[in-house]
This record gives sequence, C-alpha cells and structure tokens, in this order.
Amino acid sequence: MVPTHLSWRKLGLLVGAALLVWILYPATHRPELTVATVNNADMILMQQLSREFERQSGVKLNWVVLGENVLRQRLTIDIATGGNTFDVITIGSFEAPLWGERGWLVPLDDLGADYGYEDIFDGVRQGLSYQGKMYAAPFYAESTITYYRKDLFQKAGLEMPLQPHYEQIRQFAQRLHDPAHDVYGICLRGEPGWGQNIGYVSTLVHTFGGRWMDLDWKPQLTSQAWVEAVSFYVDLLKNYGPPGAITDGYNENRALFANGNCAMWVDATSAASYFLDPSQSRVATTTGFAKAPIAKVPNGAAWLWSWALAIPTSSPRGAVAKQFIKWATSRSYIALVGKRFGWLWVPPGSRKSTYDNPEYVRAAPFAPLVREAILNADYTKPSALPVPYVGIQYVGIPEFQAIGTEVGQELSAALAGRVTVEQALALAQADAERAMQGRHQK
Amino acid sequence: MRNTWQARWGLTIAGWTVALLMFFPILWMFVTSFKTEITAVATPPALVFRPTLGNYAAVLERADYLAFAKNSLVVSLGSTLLALLLGVPAAYSMAFFPTRATRGILLWMLSTKMLPAVGVLVPIYLLWRDLGLLDTVFGLVLIDSISVLPIVVWMLFSFFREVPAVILEASRMDGATPTEELTHVLLPLSTPGIASTALLSIILCWNEAFWSLNLTTVKAATLTAFTASFASPEGLFWAKLSAASTLSIAPILIFGWISQRQMARGLSFGAVK
Amino acid sequence: MTGTRAAKRLRHLYPGLLLAPSVATLFLWMIAPLVMTLWFSLERYNLLSPGKRTFAGLENYRYLLANRALWVAMGNTLLLVGWVLAITLVFGTLFTVLLDRDFPGRNLCRLLVIAPFFVMPTVSALVWKNMLMNPVFGLCAWITRSLGLGTVEFFSHLPLFAIALIVAWEWTPFAVLILLPALQSLNPELKEAARLDGAGPVALFYHLELPHLLRPLAVVAMIEMIFLLSLFAEIYVTTGGGPGLASTNLAYLIFRDALLGWDVGRASAGGVLAILLANIVSLFLMRVVGRNLEESR
Repeated sequence: MVPTHLSWRKLGLLVGAALLVWILYPATHRPELTVATVNNADMILMQQLSREFERQSGVKLNWVVLGENVLRQRLTIDIATGGNTFDVITIGSFEAPLWGERGWLVPLDDLGADYGYEDIFDGVRQGLSYQGKMYAAPFYAESTITYYRKDLFQKAGLEMPLQPHYEQIRQFAQRLHDPAHDVYGICLRGEPGWGQNIGYVSTLVHTFGGRWMDLDWKPQLTSQAWVEAVSFYVDLLKNYGPPGAITDGYNENRALFANGNCAMWVDATSAASYFLDPSQSRVATTTGFAKAPIAKVPNGAAWLWSWALAIPTSSPRGAVAKQFIKWATSRSYIALVGKRFGWLWVPPGSRKSTYDNPEYVRAAPFAPLVREAILNADYTKPSALPVPYVGIQYVGIPEFQAIGTEVGQELSAALAGRVTVEQALALAQADAERAMQGRHQK
Repeated sequence: MRNTWQARWGLTIAGWTVALLMFFPILWMFVTSFKTEITAVATPPALVFRPTLGNYAAVLERADYLAFAKNSLVVSLGSTLLALLLGVPAAYSMAFFPTRATRGILLWMLSTKMLPAVGVLVPIYLLWRDLGLLDTVFGLVLIDSISVLPIVVWMLFSFFREVPAVILEASRMDGATPTEELTHVLLPLSTPGIASTALLSIILCWNEAFWSLNLTTVKAATLTAFTASFASPEGLFWAKLSAASTLSIAPILIFGWISQRQMARGLSFGAVK
Repeated sequence: MTGTRAAKRLRHLYPGLLLAPSVATLFLWMIAPLVMTLWFSLERYNLLSPGKRTFAGLENYRYLLANRALWVAMGNTLLLVGWVLAITLVFGTLFTVLLDRDFPGRNLCRLLVIAPFFVMPTVSALVWKNMLMNPVFGLCAWITRSLGLGTVEFFSHLPLFAIALIVAWEWTPFAVLILLPALQSLNPELKEAARLDGAGPVALFYHLELPHLLRPLAVVAMIEMIFLLSLFAEIYVTTGGGPGLASTNLAYLIFRDALLGWDVGRASAGGVLAILLANIVSLFLMRVVGRNLEESR
C-alpha cells in the first residue's frame, strides 16, 4: 500500500519533468527551401548532388521539377501575383532582367568575395542583370554551333570549314540529302513557338542583316532581310530537311541527330556532350563541331542563353536561399560534378575557369568552339542595324512571348506550304504591329 | 440458327482486332519504358531489344512516387465524395420535382464547365492564394469537385429519371419522408448508376493535370504533376516518360478494371425489373 | 388539421431544400470566378504590369472580334468537336455492339478497349506524336513505308484531323464505358423474339439495339461536347496551334493571351466568348436530343 501523498508527489514530479523536457527539447525544425527547376539533365544532376548541400548545411530541399514552358508559366503567375510559393527559382536570360526591373527578384551581388563574379563570362552576367545589378546566378549558359557528321562529309569528299557560310551549308545539305537511307541534309527547328522555331529564325534573320524592330519599335517583318532569311529557311528545310519538320522542336531534332538521321544541325551548344556519349547517341564517334553559320553579317548568328537561379523578393527564406544558390553556381560545384560524374558533364558556358581547366578541355573537344561562341555573342548588338532591344534569339520585352509564338505559327504555315513566305510574313507583320500597338497604349 | 462457329470465329477476330488496335499505343508505351532512350527513338522501331529497368529506377529515384500517388488517391476520392454529397440531393430534386427552372439550372451548371481552364487560371489562382488554399489537398479537392460537379449532377439526373415514379410514389403512400424515400428506396435502386458516375468522376479527377500543376507545388502535387516533370526536358525522354506514366496509370487502370466488372453487372438504362 | 397542412407545405419546400445546398455551393464556387472573369474582361490588366490596371470597357472584346484568329479558332473548335463526336459516337456504338456479343476472351477485350480513357491526355498526345505519328521514327511511318505507301505527315498536312484522331482514341472508350452497360440492359427475350421472327443482325441492330442506345448516346454526346470545347493539352503538345492557325482552337487562343502574353483582360474576354460559343452549341445539341430531357415520366 503506497502512501498517497508520496505517489501524488511522484506523479507531479513526473509530469513536471515531462513538461520540462517537452518545452526544452529543441524543435528540430530544419530550415526548408522550395526549389523550382527545369527538368534538364544538368538540373537533375544538381538535384542529385544537392544532398551534399543538405548534409553540409542542414537545410532540407523540396523540389518542383517541370518542363521549361510549364515551369515558366507556373513561376510567372506566382511571382506576378506576389505569391511566396518558391524560394529558389530557375529562370533564363529572358526573364531575369525583366523581373529584376519589376523588383520581383533579390539582387545577388553579395554572395561573397570567394564567389568569383569576375570568373563569370561578361555577356552571361550582363544578360542576367538590370542596371548593373545581377538578379540571377548563372547555372549554365549556351550559344549556337553547327553539328555535322564527319563520316558523311568524308564519304562525300566534303570538308566543313571552321566558320561555314549559309550558302555552303545549303550546298552541303544538297549533296548529303539521302532520304532513301533515312539521312536528311539538315535538321532545323520547325515547331512553332517563341522558344522553338523563332529562336532559330531570329539568329538567321540577324545574320542576314535584319532586325525585329527599328528604333521606333516598329516591327520589320516584311523587310528585305526577313524575306531573304525566311525564304532561305523554308527552302532549305523543305528540300533537304526531314519530313514533318514543323513538329520538330529542339528535342525531336536532337533525337534525329543522335539517331543518325541528320547530316547537319544548327542548334544549342548544350547538346554537345550528349552526342559524345555512346549510351545516348549513335553518332558518338562521328560528330563534328563547327561555328554557327553566318550569312551577310556575323552579328546575331549565334544566340546567348543561360539558365540561372534566382530568389523572389517575397520569399521569407532569402538568406538560406542565397546559400544554396552560391553552392550550386560556384566553381567548387563544377569541380564536384567533374569529379563525381566526369568532366564531360559539368554545366557548361557559365564560367571562364571551366574552359581554362585542362581536364575539361580534354574531355570536351568542343570546348574552345563553345567558349568562342559565348564570347562573341553580344546580346546588346544582335543586328548590324541599330536596334532598341536586347536579345539575339528573342526580343527582351515581356510581350515577346506572345509575339514570338504568333509569328512562329505564321512561319510554320509557310514551311508547311500552305502560304507563301511573303504571305506568312505579311500576316506576321500584322500580328506584331497589333501587339506592339497594344504595348504603347499601356 | 446460323453457323454458330463461323459467326463466332468472325466475332472473335473482329473483337480481338479492335481491342488490340485500341490498346496498342498503351502497349507500345509500356514496352518503350523498358528500352534505353536511344533505342526508344531508333529507326526502324526496335521490336527486339534488351530490356532494362533503368528508367524505372531513374524515375523512382528522382521523385517520391508514393507521396504523389497518395495525393492522387485522396484528391480523386475526396472530390468524388464531395461531388456526390452535393450532387445526389440536387439530381433527386430535379428528377422527381421538376420545375420550369430545372432545365435552366441544368444548362447553367453545364455552362460553368464551358469556361476553358486557361481563361480562369488567374482569378482562381488569386482566389486560392487569398484563401490560403494553394498547395493544399483540400484546395485541389475543392477545384476538382467544382469541375466535376456538373457532370455528376447531369449523369445522376439521367440515371434517376430511369427509376419509375410509381415505386417512389408507392413508398410515399406508405408514409416515407423524402429523406427516407431518397435513402431507402432510390439509392439502392440506382446504385449501379451512382457507381458508374463515381467511377467516371474518379477517373476524371485522377487525370486532371491543369489545376494540379498550377495550384500545387510540393505538398499536394498529384501523379499528373509527377508525370509532367518527365515530359519535354531538353533531350531524349520518351523512355523515362513511358516509365513514369506507366507508374501513373497503373493504379487507376487496375482500379478501373476491377470496378468495371461491378458496373457491368447491372447498369440499367430503362429496364428496372 | 394544421399539422397536416404544415407537413404538406414542408413537403413542397423539401425538394427545394434538397436542391439548395448543391445549387448554392455551385453558385458560390462558380459565381466567384465567373464574376471575376467578367470583370477582368472589362479591364486592361497585364500580369507583368500590375500597377497599370485600368478600366477599359469593351476594348478587349473589340480587339478580339477584330482579330481574324478568333474566327478561325472558333471554326476550328467546332470542326474539332464535330470530328471527334462523329468518330466516337459511330465507333463507340459499333464497338459496343461487337463487345456485347459472346466470344472467347470478350471480357479481356472490353478492358483493353476501355484502357485509353485512363491515360493522361498529355501523355497520350506525346505517345501519338513521337512514337506513332512521327514521320521519321514513328511506328506508323515504318508500317506505311514497309508497305510501300510512303509517309503521311500527319501534323503538316492534316493537323486538325490528326488531333481529332488522337482525341477520338482517348474518348471512344468513354463512349463504350457508358454504352455497354446500357446495351446489356436490353431485354434478351426481345432479341430472341426478333430473331425468331427472322430478323438478321443488321435489322436487329437498326431496329432494336440502336433505339435503345439513343438515350445513353445523348448523355455521351453532351458530356464529350463539354470537354471537347475546351480541348487544350493535345494541341499544346503536338502542333502548338500550327501550321499557321490550322489547329488553333479557342482554348489555345485564350492560352496564348493568358499564359504567353499574360494579358488577363484579353484572356478573360476570350473566356466569356468561349462560354457564349459553348452555350450556343449546347442549346443546338439540346434541341437535337431535347426530347430525351422533356420526355414525360
């Protein structure tokens, strides 16, 4: 029989002790970051390696991984309505200056002296800045080069010069076009979209000496340069391109080239490593690289794009987010990828030190070409003529997503043979004019 | 009586041809999920190849499949339940106590579904944000049940109209209140109809991608967002996408097949015994 | 006496009370976005310039209605709906009749036929675009080339029809799903009697089975129409609305304004126009199948 007063006291002590433990036990709230990124291979690698970051910093990362277009829509609606759903977002050189201008992004000029700002390519950094402040940290960057099949060229007795001209490209395509054996002279983007066919046609127009708009922001889509460029494009693809080119965007063309169906392809430098990987391409030993072709002027023949990490101003976890961004875009991250997965797979195009690294140059024979392309791509001077806009494969105004898509659709009608090039351009000019009118009224 | 075995042969061949033709793209997708990416785009299409589980491994490693699946399950069942709770009384009322307004209400309900989701994204996003419903399972249940409610009401209305009024009148004579009429007489009689409506609703909610992608991020994302994260990256992706979507449709396919048998057992469109 | 009268009054109110929660909830849920859409359609509101929202009256509507793309899109919408309805209703009925007959493995065949309805539309479209219809590495191209028939460039030459094919593949199983149980409820004695009278299978179909299916066919048509009018995913994934405007429907046009141009005002106006179009189509359809709703009990 236990004396009641003793058992009450014991109970009281027990309860008190429990309360104390409950109050004092540190709430292990790990800080969490919600990261939104594109589902490209480089970002997937980052996702895998980020466990390192989680281990080092004690931060838990939640990932939202989506295709580029869906991601952009998702991010835009969130950031424009002042939502604070994401802490770290992946955006491109199109959005970064526009969103920085609107005060939606946190400036990233204070990542520390060891971050190596001067190591980032000037053009890449400029493209992500507004009024001198960097609003997004580049994860990787790309320009345009020409991919070609060394074996097919050799067999036909042709040689690809380091700097081809489009007239040469046309002759090569004619010689190498062999649909009976499933080989097409040239593959180019045909799918309608501001980031698909318009991205490529933009560079073509610029190198043919044209521009999207004059200094008064008037669209120039019916100008001589546009007609020449688009006629060249339509002729080339119709005669020497694969069937169904109007549904071929970046992915389809990359699949075609990797499968051995294209003799040439002019597109993003970021595909280069994948073509050299025998598990992802049948042309690993036969892929050659050359500069992007030029026509009348070298301006704007190769584009400049970078995928970068940024922080919305509405995120309450800005300090931790900066930590993550610094980790993911630093030289040490690049070295980590090189060590863990091989130097062929490091995120390309963002830092000069990558290209000074002998291990990278050894693993990636296309490295000097890419470096030169990025150094020469001046996105502030995309055309030989004076222009009011920045951007080579896009026009750096928010309306361009819609304008580019509308024009892209009209051009695809020309490619499909439903209308002539002149008709398509007339329609496109009307679309662009109408859209720009709306702009000035705002 | 005709030649039964000839007729049967003809029927068998026709039936199987139709079935295989319809199922073929899914089969092809399933087969592709076991190919490497470069084999998946080979010309001519590779019919013989060395299968690999690498795609499934990559897909499962990259994202927490079970979390997405759980959300899909909860959202589909929750939305269906909510839609039925609201829809059954409404359909009952419209079927057995029709007024002049009935047809108008039906039409109005359907017309709310005719607004393309892309057009109403911004208003809904703003509303959900202000109500704190972004990235919540309840928020998704709410929007999905709104989406599916007109269909549910319409289908239930059609099924209820098949029930002869005499049966209900008889029960009313016996002194049953409308609630009792509803629960004890009508529901048991139209269970197959309700079941098929529920099945349709579950499938529609399971495949609902637009709202799932736009109104959720991490906590409430469903399998449609999971599948979307494998679509259209830069590069070859069709093998992985096939794996992801096989994983995504497997549960609903199995569920649909099981319940199809239940449904076929007695949906009556006008022959209540 | 008053007890019974009160009870009677309650009985009259009751149906309304039953209806009320559902209608009220629907009303609240739907009225809010509808009203917001209507209001936005009268504003000049671009999401990327949030500070510059102004009232603009009917400006958005004027812009849209003057745009040739709107009329092309409306036409494409109707064409697409028409194509898909035609294919799914016809083949749905035929498949249903076939699967109603008894033959070995019939149940498995039923499941296989219904399966496409369970696949996510985006994935369906990607499978059809890249793995089947692609003129270089698609399966259809391989088959036609092996037979010496060349390749059909589906999306270049027949974009809207190609999309209609894909959508019809997705929705025919839905028709079968609804029609099959309905057909099975047909009294087998009626069929026996007709057969004994000497009716062949075609006559059986035309005079017995088809009339029995008319009501469920109406249900299928109505439900499909609702979804098909705002079809979007398949177009987005395959043709991107091209070539030109050949496969742009109203929903895709609204998408361009809403999620590319971020012009909330214009997108909302497009949405209102979409509702108008849809109401006209459904009124028309209702009249065609109207008797099924008005039928006295």
